Amino acid sequence: MSHDPVEEARLAMRPEAQVIPLNTDAADRLAQAQGGLERKVASALSFVRRRLAGDYEIDEFGFDSDLNEGLLLPLLRPLYERWFRVEMIGLDNVPDAGAALVVGNHSGTLPLDGVMLQVGLHDDHPAHRNLRLLGADLVYQVPVLAHLARKSGHTLACQADAARLLAQDQLVGVFPEGFKGVGKPFNERYKLQRFGRGGFVATALRAQVPIIPCAIVGAEEIYPKIADLKPLARLLGFPYFPVTPTWPLFGLFGMVPLPSKWMIAFGEPIRTDEYDPAQADDHMTVFNLTDQVRETIQNMLYDVLRRRGPAFFRA
Amino acid sequence: MVLVTGVSRFLGARVADTLQADPSIERVIGVDTVAPTMPLGRTEFVRVDIRTPSIAKIINAAEVDTVVHLNLVTMTSAARMKAKELNVIGTMQLLAACQRSAAMRKVVVRSSAAVYGSSGHDPAVFTETDEPVLPPASGYAKDAVEVEGYVRGLARRRSDLTVSVLRFANFLGPRVDSPLSRYFHMPVVATVLGFDPRLQFIHEDDGVEVLRRMAVDDHPGTFNVAGDGVVLLSQALRRGGRPILRLPAPALQTLGDVGRRFGGLKGFSPELLRWLTYGRVLDTDLLTKELDWRPKYSSEEAFTDFADSQGLGQSLPLGLLDRLTSAVGGRR
Repeated sequence: MSHDPVEEARLAMRPEAQVIPLNTDAADRLAQAQGGLERKVASALSFVRRRLAGDYEIDEFGFDSDLNEGLLLPLLRPLYERWFRVEMIGLDNVPDAGAALVVGNHSGTLPLDGVMLQVGLHDDHPAHRNLRLLGADLVYQVPVLAHLARKSGHTLACQADAARLLAQDQLVGVFPEGFKGVGKPFNERYKLQRFGRGGFVATALRAQVPIIPCAIVGAEEIYPKIADLKPLARLLGFPYFPVTPTWPLFGLFGMVPLPSKWMIAFGEPIRTDEYDPAQADDHMTVFNLTDQVRETIQNMLYDVLRRRGPAFFRA
Repeated sequence: MVLVTGVSRFLGARVADTLQADPSIERVIGVDTVAPTMPLGRTEFVRVDIRTPSIAKIINAAEVDTVVHLNLVTMTSAARMKAKELNVIGTMQLLAACQRSAAMRKVVVRSSAAVYGSSGHDPAVFTETDEPVLPPASGYAKDAVEVEGYVRGLARRRSDLTVSVLRFANFLGPRVDSPLSRYFHMPVVATVLGFDPRLQFIHEDDGVEVLRRMAVDDHPGTFNVAGDGVVLLSQALRRGGRPILRLPAPALQTLGDVGRRFGGLKGFSPELLRWLTYGRVLDTDLLTKELDWRPKYSSEEAFTDFADSQGLGQSLPLGLLDRLTSAVGGRR
């Protein structure tokens, strides 16, 4: 009996339990809880004061870390923790400091994958890194979305911005599939689309920063796109107008993403400092590296997909 | 021997005043079409229209070797055509005179960051070599593009000249009166719904200092000039305690048109509206390296100085919020 690990663990925990008596001073604990509440209210009030007075700093890209930490991330956290129950795998492949380019698969009809990736790297990475995503320029035309994207640290997918962010030792994220990935129909789920012209590889080569392949599993199932209303999309200037089992059938209710189980995995960094920065202009090198990154992510996708199993009805 | 154009307007007057205080400069000549309102010290004022060839006579007669061209009209109080003529034709005449003058050594031209345009496709930060994604199609921004074109032409034809082009961010400061300062003075400041542009300002003192250094020393090239850092429009308005009214872009455009015609909102132009929608940020590394100098005021400090001295001030009940915070926090 003495070798029962459960019993051993219980024994080991006992002294701890004696240090904090459970109900000797309930009033004290209540006061403590109240103190915690007061602290929360006070910090919320000081946040409101800072916001009202404009007393915060933003960087040249428009990243407002005060708003991000105080409002945007807390709003997204329930979605990350409860709704999608996101699991981060291989976070030690993401460096604690210094520039790196995270390259991921893009899916989900609406780009929630980028948002969840950002929350995960901030909350679960030991260095609490802020992911700076490179988004399509459509994002910066749309009211509200335009400034929210900038305030949460993202910018336009262009060579100049990417190079500038990497030069500032930022963690930059990119989805080379773009609209082809995020807007692909449900029956093509987890099939990587074409990786554009490999601009992200050229950028990483020039900046001599590692490329971190990233596989996001779970985003494909949030809005299963079963049809595309092309004329309507053209009318509204969107790249596609999705039809899902719930949208637009049930109106706004159809906007609620399905609660699939998510896993986000990071692969081993692909080094670019073994190449000459000038090779960024060599199409052969760029295409080869692009293919290598793409294949790595595709294989990671299959692995993580097997590991996750069914998308719904699991913890 | 320095010639300053646009001397009757705010920037010209301040630059002329700074240059005349420099004993190493023999003479300062200020030209404009109207008489200056500020005292200019030993600056000699000549009333001349730079759109006419008489500007060449002055340059030749006085053996001017440095021209500081500050005539870019950004506030279209007059009709648009007249402003364009002043900006573009005036520059052509002036540069032609410079080209022919044997004594000429240096030309410093005030341009504007508006040459980069403003759109949702822009890179986050513009460097001097970046081409505008959507070039400005109208207004003084287009004039500035054309002016820069002529200046480049002059630099090609007279390679012995030191030509400096300065792309200034929007000026702010205690004495600035511009479309932007008037915009901030609106009783309720209308902004574009759903957009919060990143803005940069240059303090008037820093702007004058840059122009002085350019006129006194040789710094050929094109330079962005802006205060360090970035301010969001919403942030600036909150710091200035201005009430904000968010309107959809077309409504704001209409308001601007009406304001331009009937209110005091001179120069509430489509360019300004685009800038207030998408903003613009400049990379000023080239300038700070070339001059080995940084602006004294950051963008944010320039705005604060402008807001404090022009009486925008805090009008929000922040004291109440402070008391509430200390009451909650202080009970522990």
